[in-house]
Amino acid sequence: MSDRGTYIERPNRPLQVYAAIFLIVLYVPILFIPLFSFNDSIYVSFPLTGFTTKWYSELWSREPLWNALWNSVKVGAVVSVICTILGVIAARAITRYRMPGKSALVTFLMMPLVIPGIIFGVALLVLLSRAGVPLSLYTVGLGHLIVCLPFAVATLLPRFEGFDPSMEEASADLGENGWFTFWRVTFPMVFPGVVASLLLTFTISFDEFIMAFFLTGTDPTLPMYIWGQLRFPQQFPSVLAMSSLILFASFVLVFIAQWIGRMGLEKK
Amino acid sequence: MSNSDAFISIRNVQKFFGTFRAIESVSMDIGQGEFFSLLGASGCGKTTLLRMLAGFEDTSAGEIYIDGQPMSDVPPHQRPVNMVFQSYAIFPHLNVRDNIAYGLRKRKLTRAQRYELVDEMLDLIKLPGYGTRKANELSGGQRQRIALARALILRPKVLLLDEPLGALDKQLREQMQLELRALQRKVGITFVFVTHDQEEALTLSDRIAVMAGGKVLQVDTPQGLYEAPVSRTVASFIGNMNFFEGRVRRNGAATGAVEAEGLGTIPIPVDRLTRPDGAPVQVALRPEKFALTATRPDGDVPAVPARLNTAAYLGERSHYYVAIDGRTAPVAVSSPNVSRVNGPAQAGSDLWLSWSPDAVVILDPD
Ligand SMILES: Nc1ncnc2c1ncn2[C@@H]1O[C@H](COP(=O)(O)OP(=O)(O)OP(=O)(O)O)[C@@H](O)[C@H]1O
Ligand SMILES: [Mg+2]
Repeated sequence: MSDRGTYIERPNRPLQVYAAIFLIVLYVPILFIPLFSFNDSIYVSFPLTGFTTKWYSELWSREPLWNALWNSVKVGAVVSVICTILGVIAARAITRYRMPGKSALVTFLMMPLVIPGIIFGVALLVLLSRAGVPLSLYTVGLGHLIVCLPFAVATLLPRFEGFDPSMEEASADLGENGWFTFWRVTFPMVFPGVVASLLLTFTISFDEFIMAFFLTGTDPTLPMYIWGQLRFPQQFPSVLAMSSLILFASFVLVFIAQWIGRMGLEKK
Repeated sequence: MSNSDAFISIRNVQKFFGTFRAIESVSMDIGQGEFFSLLGASGCGKTTLLRMLAGFEDTSAGEIYIDGQPMSDVPPHQRPVNMVFQSYAIFPHLNVRDNIAYGLRKRKLTRAQRYELVDEMLDLIKLPGYGTRKANELSGGQRQRIALARALILRPKVLLLDEPLGALDKQLREQMQLELRALQRKVGITFVFVTHDQEEALTLSDRIAVMAGGKVLQVDTPQGLYEAPVSRTVASFIGNMNFFEGRVRRNGAATGAVEAEGLGTIPIPVDRLTRPDGAPVQVALRPEKFALTATRPDGDVPAVPARLNTAAYLGERSHYYVAIDGRTAPVAVSSPNVSRVNGPAQAGSDLWLSWSPDAVVILDPD
C-alpha cells in the first residue's frame, strides 16, 4: 500500500469539495459589490456596460459620507480601547483568581454572542429613553460595547490561559509589585492578544448596524448612512464603491488580527 | 526553642487548603549560609512550605522569621529571598541579559553598570557571551542556570530552589549538582532546596529535613539521617534498611541488650536504650553493615548461620538476600567486591552472617 500520510493528515476529497462550495456560497455574493462598483451604469444589472472609477472619485465630494465615516472611526476607536481594557481585566480575573461561579461568569460574558442584537437594541433603547438619555454617538458606543466585549474576552482568554502563572510570581519574587509586574511581564506576554482584540472589536463596531439603527441620534455612523442612501437609486453605485472599500479594509484588519492573535501560540 | 543564630526560623507553621491540611505544625531553624534541603515523597508539602517562605502562600497558623523579622505581613516582592522555580519561569519576551537584569530596576544603575553585573553572572554560571540570546533558544540546563543567575544577581539572603534539577537528564543533573554546590560555597548564600531524590539531597546538603504527609519527621545532617534515623519511615526513605522485631533486655542498670528475631541478643550501651525492660522495639540494620563469610568470623563478633537465597552482582558491590533461622523475611546484605573473586556467590550455600553491634539502630515500633 502506498504511503498516504498519517491518519489525520490523509487527503480527503469530499471535504475539499465541501470547503470549496462553502467558500463560493459565502463570498460570491459579496464579490458582486466590488464588481458593480466599477460598472459604468447606475443600475445594478447584467450585462456590465463598461469600466469606470467615477463612483470612487465621486465619493470624495460627499461631505455627509465623510462625516459618517469619521463618526464610525471615533466610535470604533473608543469602543475597541474600552472593550480591550475590560477584556484584559476580565481574562486576567478569570484565569488568575479562584472564585465561585467562574464558569457561570464566563457564560454570561459570552451571552451577547447568542442573544439577537435586536433584543439588546430594543432593551437599551427602552432603558435609555426611560432614563431620559438623548440618543447620540455615546449611546451607539454603549451598544457596541455590549456587542464587542465577548469578542475581546474570547480573543484574550487563550493568551492568559496559555501562560504560566509562575511568570508573574517570578516577577514579584524579583522585587516588582503588582503594577510593574503587569507592565513588565503580563502585558508584553499578552500583547499580541491585545492588538488582535483592538483590531477585531474595531472592525465589529465599524460594521455594526442593528445597535446603531436603534441608538443613533442625529449623527449617523457609516452603516447608517449607507442604509439611508439606499432609498436613492442614483446614489447606489457610490454606496457600492464605499462598501467595497470598507470590505477591503475589514478583510485586512481581521486578517491581521487573526495573524497577530495566533503569534506565539502555536509554538507551545 | 528560638535558636539565636537561626537565620530562617519556622515556628509552628500550618497550612490549610480549604479543609485539607497540607502542612501540620512545622518548626525548624535554618542557619546562615547553610545548604538546607526539604526531602520527601510527592505531595508531602515541600513546595507549599517553600512557597510560604517566598510569600506566595499565606501561613494558616504560626510564623516565619527571616533574619529576625516576622514575615507574615511582608509581600513576596519585599522579602529578602529569591526563588528558582521548578519550571524556571524565564521571561520569553526578554533576552538572556534582560532576564538576568530583571530585578535590578530599582537599583538605579546605569546601563553599563547593569550589563557589567550581568556579564559577571554569566561568567559565574559559565555561559559567557549568551547575553543577547533569546529565551527560547536555550537548553533545559541553560535555562536552569539563567534562572539561578537572575536570582543570585540580587544577592538575596536566601535562595529557594524548587526541584531545580528535576527536568534534566541524569548526566546533566549530576554535573549541575556539583556546580550548584560549588556555587553555593562561593556566594555563601543560604540555600533552601526542595527535592524528592534522596541521593541528590545527601550529595548536596549540609542538613536535610525529611517530610511526609505535611510533617517534618527529622532534621539532621546526611550522615545523621543515614546512621541514626529516628523512625522507621525515615529509615526506609533514605537508603535500604533491614528491620527486625525485637525486645529490650536490661540487666539492672549496668548493661543492656536487645533481643532481635533471628539475630539473638545484641549488647547495647544502656544510654542508647530509652525504653523499659521487655518493651517491644524495631532493630534496624543497613545492608552494608552486615558481612557474609564462609566460616564463622574470629573473636566475639556476633554471627549467625545463614543460607544464601539470591546474589546480584552490581560491579563495585554485590547485593545478597540470605535466610536466617527465626525470621521469615530474608535479610538484605550489601558488600563491596573487594577481591576479584566475588565472594561466596553460590545460591543455596551455607554461610555466616555477622554485623557490627554499634551500627544497630533501635527504633520505636510503629
Ligand atoms: N492550591 C492548592 N489547593 C489545594 N491543595 C493544594 C494546593 N497546593 C497544594 N495542594 C496540596 O497540598 C499537598 C502538598 O502539595 P505540594 O505541592 O507542597 O507537594 P510537593 O511536596 O511539592 O510535591 P511534589 O514533589 O509532587 O512537587 C498536596 O496534597 C497538594 O494536593
Ligand atoms: Mg513540588
